[in-house]
Amino acid sequence: MRFVLDEDQRDFAAALQSLLAGADTVRAARAWADGDHGPGLELWKRLADLGVLSLATEATPVEVAVAFEALGRHAVPGPWIESAAYLPVALGRTLEGVATVALPPHVPHALDADVADEVYVGSTPVTEVGEQLTSVDRTRRLFRVTGDGAGEPHPEAFDLAVLATAAELLGAGERVLADAVTYVKQRKQFGREIGSYQAVKHALADVRIALDFARPLVQGAALGEVDVSAAKVACGDAAYLASRTGLQVHGAIGYTQEFDLSLWLNRIRALVTAWGTPAFHRGRLLASLVGPDATEAG
Amino acid sequence: MDLTLSESELAFQAEAREWLAANVPAEPLPSMDTEAGWAAHQEWEARLAEARWSVVSWPAEYHGRDASLVEWVVFEEEYYRAGAPGRVSQNGIFLLAPIIFDHGTPEQQDRFLPSMATGEKIWAQCWSEPEAGSDLASLRSTARRDEERGGWVLNGQKTWSSRAAFAHWGFGLFRSDPEAQRHAGLTYFLFPLDADGITVRPIAQLDGEAGFAEVFFEDVFVPDADVLGAPGDGWRVAMSTAGNERGLSLRSPGRFCAAADRLVELYRGTAQPPAAAADRVVDAWVKAQAYRLYTWGTVTRLAAGGDMGAAGSVNKVFWSELDIALHETALDLLGPEAEVASTWLDGYTFSLSGPIYAGTNEIQRNIVAERILGLPREVRK
Repeated sequence: MRFVLDEDQRDFAAALQSLLAGADTVRAARAWADGDHGPGLELWKRLADLGVLSLATEATPVEVAVAFEALGRHAVPGPWIESAAYLPVALGRTLEGVATVALPPHVPHALDADVADEVYVGSTPVTEVGEQLTSVDRTRRLFRVTGDGAGEPHPEAFDLAVLATAAELLGAGERVLADAVTYVKQRKQFGREIGSYQAVKHALADVRIALDFARPLVQGAALGEVDVSAAKVACGDAAYLASRTGLQVHGAIGYTQEFDLSLWLNRIRALVTAWGTPAFHRGRLLASLVGPDATEAG
Repeated sequence: MDLTLSESELAFQAEAREWLAANVPAEPLPSMDTEAGWAAHQEWEARLAEARWSVVSWPAEYHGRDASLVEWVVFEEEYYRAGAPGRVSQNGIFLLAPIIFDHGTPEQQDRFLPSMATGEKIWAQCWSEPEAGSDLASLRSTARRDEERGGWVLNGQKTWSSRAAFAHWGFGLFRSDPEAQRHAGLTYFLFPLDADGITVRPIAQLDGEAGFAEVFFEDVFVPDADVLGAPGDGWRVAMSTAGNERGLSLRSPGRFCAAADRLVELYRGTAQPPAAAADRVVDAWVKAQAYRLYTWGTVTRLAAGGDMGAAGSVNKVFWSELDIALHETALDLLGPEAEVASTWLDGYTFSLSGPIYAGTNEIQRNIVAERILGLPREVRK
């Protein structure tokens, strides 16, 4: 019984943090949203060099979760869930470059299909990429793709992608909370820091509590102790609470695109319904708890 | 990172499971806040103690098994999974005993711990006063030095004292230095509730039963031997109890996992559950799992020498809100029958006290914001 990251895992997390903290990921994300993939692809290569693309096939889900939490914390752009979680498991090989996948109905569109070296619908490669759609998160460049035989997602691959999404939400939620705490300690109204007001304190305390109880579900799911759907539901709820509270305590400045908080607010909103909506994951959990018949009756 | 139990922990788990399966009463005991229920719960404590299951983490010389923290959590999981009775001795064994182990004299340990372990003596906490609730440090009950008799004379009033209606002994803080302000000049006392000058007046709780009481002190003499820790050091001593109460020891994950499993069973057995109930059943189950896994993280940190710190406040808000949500969902599933007496209804009524006792959730959120997030402290007078 040792339910904390071991030393190697902590070292890996620290290496990711140090790379990303110095990489101006915000600039890369903003450029990516504008269709300039240069800085994002440079970042892609550096993360690939650190081994992020081979975690799904060569490490454990714990390392995958560690990596995606860091990606979420730094709003890294690109089809990482597709290239580093789903496809390596579904295809049974580590990917060299950028790859993406659509898995209707859960993943209806292919993220960043314009920049991907490989595009799949289900397990079928496609060459035709349709029109671009606008996501709430402008760094998520979605494309319509059509292909035959998307079929059922690869179960293990899908679960790993769900875990990665949960971890990314956790990281994004942690980032919003950290930035919100910094802000309310600086911003003064009525002559004192707004973070000294109980209404603000309690709202942020609730975010801390929600994130603290989402994290063990990510780690527990990574160890196979609970269904990844539990992690996705809890991380979606916690990160979304972080985003709503983070926006509220920032006030009007938080509502601007120019202010960097917007990257995380929009990323969280997009990820809440990505790789299985909350309703889908709750339904899956209910079926596993009471059996599919009882679910239909309910 | 791993969540597996060792061979000896698995053996411990199997032994606990087997004993509980053979010994847990088939029918729930009557409420411990009634005379008959109190006796039945004390009797159950005696049976637990006889098989050395009442205080597994204590040393063998005090009826324990020297169980590790991991084993303690395992035992609690098994205990609640087996549907075993609530612990009437809880205030003593979980809140007071850790303080007696840390701050008590060897004489006090020998005198108080064995009868606490067997359930022969049940302890009540006497924290709040009519004017000192969340602001506990403003308490006014006094302790006056009596050199001649070698002790202290207590006066004042305590209230909302859990279990005091039937308990044998009480523990609480009194102001021993009238000149000192707030946290200074308080002393931690232990006293028999049948001492001369003590009047206990039971208070009917929301469900009509006497789960707590007012306790009046009129020139109650307490010898030096019943002071816990140094005179004047009571706040520091007591705060370690408060940490225990809101932290790990009072609310083990086992009870929420067991309740969530029963909720799933209730849902499965409900012919036409309300549509909205499905998500809430799932959320309660997910949160119970989150609490279980979170606890293993806490156990790992504590075992490595860390302390609970302000994380106890994170914990307390979470479990108290989970407990209410879980029981509310059960009542929704019971439909028009929900108002009729049942174990779900008892659990619901009890859960409503969770956000209030052991420091209100508002106080806990202040602690989370100030000590964990580092937000500016509230201006307090």
